[in-house]
Amino acid sequence: MQERYEIRWHGRGGQGAVTAGVLVAEAAILDGKYAQAYPEFGAERRGAPVKAYTKVSEKPIYSRSPIINPDVVVVLDPSINKSIYLDGLKEGGMVIINTSKSNEEVKSLIGRSDVKIAVVDATHIALDVLKSAIVNTAMVGALVKVLPLATLDSLEKALHETFNKKIADLNYQIVKASYEKVKTIN
Amino acid sequence: MLKATWKRLPLSTNFAIAQAVKDSDVDVVSAYPITPQTTVVERISEFIANGELKAEMIHVESEHSAMSAAIGASALGARAFTATASQGLELMHELLHIASGLRLPIVMSVAARALSAPISIWGDYTDVMNVRDTSWITLIASTAQEAYDSVIQAYRIAEDPRVFLPVIVAYDGYAMSHTYEPVYVSEKSDAFKDYIPKNPQWYTLNPEKPLTMGSMASPEWYYEFKYQQVVAMKNAFGVVKEADEEYGKRYERKYGIIEEEGVDGSDVTFVTYGGIYGTLKESIEELRKKGEQIGLARIRLFRPFPSEIVADLAEKTKALVVLDRAITFGVNISGPVAREIISSLYARGIERNVYSFIIGVGQRTVTEKDIAAIYGKVKEMLGSHERQKESIYWGVRE
Repeated sequence: MQERYEIRWHGRGGQGAVTAGVLVAEAAILDGKYAQAYPEFGAERRGAPVKAYTKVSEKPIYSRSPIINPDVVVVLDPSINKSIYLDGLKEGGMVIINTSKSNEEVKSLIGRSDVKIAVVDATHIALDVLKSAIVNTAMVGALVKVLPLATLDSLEKALHETFNKKIADLNYQIVKASYEKVKTIN
Repeated sequence: MLKATWKRLPLSTNFAIAQAVKDSDVDVVSAYPITPQTTVVERISEFIANGELKAEMIHVESEHSAMSAAIGASALGARAFTATASQGLELMHELLHIASGLRLPIVMSVAARALSAPISIWGDYTDVMNVRDTSWITLIASTAQEAYDSVIQAYRIAEDPRVFLPVIVAYDGYAMSHTYEPVYVSEKSDAFKDYIPKNPQWYTLNPEKPLTMGSMASPEWYYEFKYQQVVAMKNAFGVVKEADEEYGKRYERKYGIIEEEGVDGSDVTFVTYGGIYGTLKESIEELRKKGEQIGLARIRLFRPFPSEIVADLAEKTKALVVLDRAITFGVNISGPVAREIISSLYARGIERNVYSFIIGVGQRTVTEKDIAAIYGKVKEMLGSHERQKESIYWGVRE
């Protein structure tokens, strides 16, 4: 593990990218780490592409500048143009994408051999548990599996701080399901 | 002495402010929602609703009324709080003078935001700089933790009989108001009751001891009233320092008037305020690795302005670069803090190049790359012994 990880979230307004970013930071802080989470300070209209940022570190974080060269990009909505989410992604970085496509299709879509790719059908998991395609917590579960930035216990706590018990429980179920199902494909 | 035990929570600066208001045991909160401040008063409402804070929440129809209600509450001896930003602060403007003129120790948080027109809900410090002449003590925080601690300190400063002036605690709209980070908050709400005891000593309205507030002052007396504010502001300087020292002793966190790092013997010192200091700090660390001798400093107390400390700082470095997130229009050096620094140096007869840069206006992004490029530009100007005649509007499309 490196000292600091910078994660950029890509979704559309209403999918909960900002909340996902905050949940991971909250859980990491509860684990005793340092973290920062903030939305992209731009338009946040329903349906418009949205970015959110999370930094997790073993040491204090001072900089408040947006993440230009992320270690990880998490893609909540695969219909977002890849030029947006691959922008600046570090060599050796990682793409975690919500998709129902085959591994080969995803690899050719991403088209970069210098980054790792992890896939999860977050929409399916969310529809299954929540009966709604709000995929943010599924992507949180996928992220903490491929990169252990926060423990599941702290995520559960953070969910209960954010939502009422019923919604928190359902979302924790989603986190765990996605944690189990996410796969690194290259 | 009641020592605090702390819990470490992930909070945005807005939520940290709300937590501080609760821990300051505020009596009256009057507020009108405005982005990016709104979640401060939303969270306070929750504290009141669930019984964690026993206070009166007054929902008003405008910021003008929010400040009027805070003035009324404070005039009765209540500990009053409000929060605002941008147009809201502007709408309060005339009341700001009344609050300070009546010497009422109100505390207000400001999530610093750009001003219309054109409409921008995004961060910069134009709103805060626009109220610099209202005789409010003004602290500018750079982390959520500091914002929390500063609100508590603010009541100690405001309610000190040597001061009796209202206090603004400002911080970056969005870049801080909406950023989650770790904050230590007191486990118990009464941890600060000895640090900020409730013992109103300012003049209050009381039918048993009638007095008039806000009466007319003739030319024979008005000037003296204003001079008393001058004296109170001067006193505030020492009181801010004391309040911070005492807070440090009791709670093991303090900030000083100006935060500085590596200034002594540096070739250039960057000076700024607010959350951008964090970005500056990491940028400078990178530049230092390349052997550059760069200092950095952050103005925490904007009013009263720490002229002497700034002058001392300037003596330890060869040149100053001031990054301002606001514009004062129609003057050559248009960074409000740059101007204060230049006059501080003039008063002490210190000759230093001061380079004023305007950055981050209306949330224009500032990254480590910008800081490195600004440093490059400054080195160029220093090399050619160029004196700056006009502020540089960094990154603007002319």
